[in-house]
Amino acid sequence: MSVDSEIAAENQRVLKRLIVGAVAMFGFGFLLVPFYEKICEVTGINNILQPSKVTNTQVDTSRTILVQFDANIHHDLPWTFRPLQTAVRVHPGELTTIAYEVSNNRPEAITGQAVPSYGPQVAGQHFMKMDCFCFTQQTLAAGESRTMPVAFVLDPALPADVTTITLSYTFFEIAGRRAEAGRAGGHES
Amino acid sequence: MAAVTPDQLHDHHHGPTGLMRWITTTNHKDIGTMYLIFSFIMFLAGGVMALTIRAELFSPGLQVVEPELFNQLTTLHGLVMVFGAIMPAFVGFANWMIPLMIGASDMAFARMNNWSFWLLPPAAILLIGSFFVPGGATAAGWTLYPPLSIQMGMGMDMAIFAVHIMGISSIMGAINIVVTILNMRAPGMTMMKMPLFCWTWLITAYLLIAVMPVLAGAVTMLLTDRHFGTSFFNAAGGGDPVLYQHIFWFFGHPEVYIMILPAFGIVSQIIPTFARKPLFGYASMVYATSSIAILSFVVWAHHMFTTGMPTAGQLFFMYATLLIAVPTGVKVFNWIATMWRGSMTFETPMLWATGFIFVFTMGGFTGLICAIAPIDIQIHDTYYVVAHFHYVLVAGSLFALFAGAYYWLPKWTGRMPDEKIGKLHFWCSLIFFNITFFPMHFLGLAGMPRRVPDYALQFADFNMLASIGAFGFGLSQLIFLWVVIKAARGQGEKATARSWEAAEGLEWTVPSPAPHHTFEEVPVVK
Repeated sequence: MSVDSEIAAENQRVLKRLIVGAVAMFGFGFLLVPFYEKICEVTGINNILQPSKVTNTQVDTSRTILVQFDANIHHDLPWTFRPLQTAVRVHPGELTTIAYEVSNNRPEAITGQAVPSYGPQVAGQHFMKMDCFCFTQQTLAAGESRTMPVAFVLDPALPADVTTITLSYTFFEIAGRRAEAGRAGGHES
Repeated sequence: MAAVTPDQLHDHHHGPTGLMRWITTTNHKDIGTMYLIFSFIMFLAGGVMALTIRAELFSPGLQVVEPELFNQLTTLHGLVMVFGAIMPAFVGFANWMIPLMIGASDMAFARMNNWSFWLLPPAAILLIGSFFVPGGATAAGWTLYPPLSIQMGMGMDMAIFAVHIMGISSIMGAINIVVTILNMRAPGMTMMKMPLFCWTWLITAYLLIAVMPVLAGAVTMLLTDRHFGTSFFNAAGGGDPVLYQHIFWFFGHPEVYIMILPAFGIVSQIIPTFARKPLFGYASMVYATSSIAILSFVVWAHHMFTTGMPTAGQLFFMYATLLIAVPTGVKVFNWIATMWRGSMTFETPMLWATGFIFVFTMGGFTGLICAIAPIDIQIHDTYYVVAHFHYVLVAGSLFALFAGAYYWLPKWTGRMPDEKIGKLHFWCSLIFFNITFFPMHFLGLAGMPRRVPDYALQFADFNMLASIGAFGFGLSQLIFLWVVIKAARGQGEKATARSWEAAEGLEWTVPSPAPHHTFEEVPVVK
């Protein structure tokens, strides 16, 4: 029957188009990844790994802010990580350099990435880091220790009710092996 | 995947018998029946999980399950109900009714249809079986957010594969439906003459083809983050967990319309029948459905107001979401206008359809409240949200499924549903549903978080009430089983071809029960 075979051919044609559509949408899901990164970069939402640009260097000596430092290790990354000073008092606009110390306790090289966070959260956008070990991944050789500086300026536009800021870093291991480590519940990495 | 044309179907009566008949069947009615049975089994499985959750929440403290198992139960309850119960049930309706409604002898790709069903049981086994592997099922919530979902045990991998399989099944089913509707309509059945159920399913099928692959991509990224060293969502490797939420909800919001648009279609079939008036505003219904589908792609981040979005983003997603109330309002208006001055009778399907409008609209309104960003920040991840989406998913999708099941049961079994038992099922469900979920609004407003097995003492009374309602609701669903078994065993009043006095449409021109092969002689629609 020619009508039926015509319908069958037409069905095949639409089928192919829809399959192409579905495959394209699978690709689109992955396309959202660079798209998202670009949007975050352009709008400056997710720039924690880039140095801040400081334009106003006026020091506001009328205010003193207590900046506290905190250090954390994620999961079972075998590192020791601590700030060399627990807190400093700074004026907004004043360039300050402090340091953290990190050491690898394992007889093998491990790469880690530090991610900063701030308390209170609002302080994050006024905490200008010009230099930070968190901008790059850190690879520590077996048993290596390293002192790493953080140079920062507090934006004078910091809200008046903020008198204390906590800067907290967490070091994550770079390897993509956390799932397995978690499942074994063990300390092998 | 060869297209089966009517002349190839004639000798199918001589196919295998027994179990092999069901495994090898390419008949749309057989496959529709299997989908419906499968979804009801999954509905009961998900229901048992829900009742275990409610048993734990009956009183404060930890009594019934450990917190780990509780989290697994809330996760699997969501996954099983969404992917195992609601979606396959609608596909079952589509398989059974779309060919009958448009005058086609079968679905366009009968063998692919068989595949899309038989992929589901393995997926269900993977999901339910994951409770019994070391570490148990995934407990990351049905949304599978990282970083939790990256840290879970092998139950998570099973869930990922189950989502992959169910996604492939849905995409194949959706392609089949699109091709059937576009190419297999009887002569004279123009697009704008199609029953609204076909229209809503056509649009749903396009949504499925557009977003199921995106979900497949998202869970594939989870999988590679877990095992292959990528860092899509892994903060340590430069990834971002919030990215997952964007990708997931880009799928997730169209997904909620995938679960409600066919329900709109079913209700739009039933109300004209029992109001004995044609559907008010047919064309506006079609346009409203299309606008809801299109808008669903630009509102996803309203699920993420608390992730720290810029104000401009919050405002955009808030207004876009509120905009969806307009086409939805058009639909509710049209249903009520259809009833207006109609000669209404309230047989069981109509009761469910009317109940649907009443309770679904309440869920719609709480949806609007959740859409307002400053309010959402207060009620995000509280029981208010739980109440909201159960009002639209249980009282919306599920009630419409029951309405449709009672409406087309005569066509499937040849027997009218037992009105007395059916009405008992409806009233028990409606009352217990509200006892279960209405108090959750108050719990949410008072700050009770979702997905937590214990709660502060001030929430005790409402939780006890909700748990009582939940057990009542769960047990009420067994009444439905009774009605269906009764009709399937050939008990009760024999159904005529038309079954309901004012039923319109091609499906009512074939005998009840519908013979194995229908419309081999192509009907002509005037």
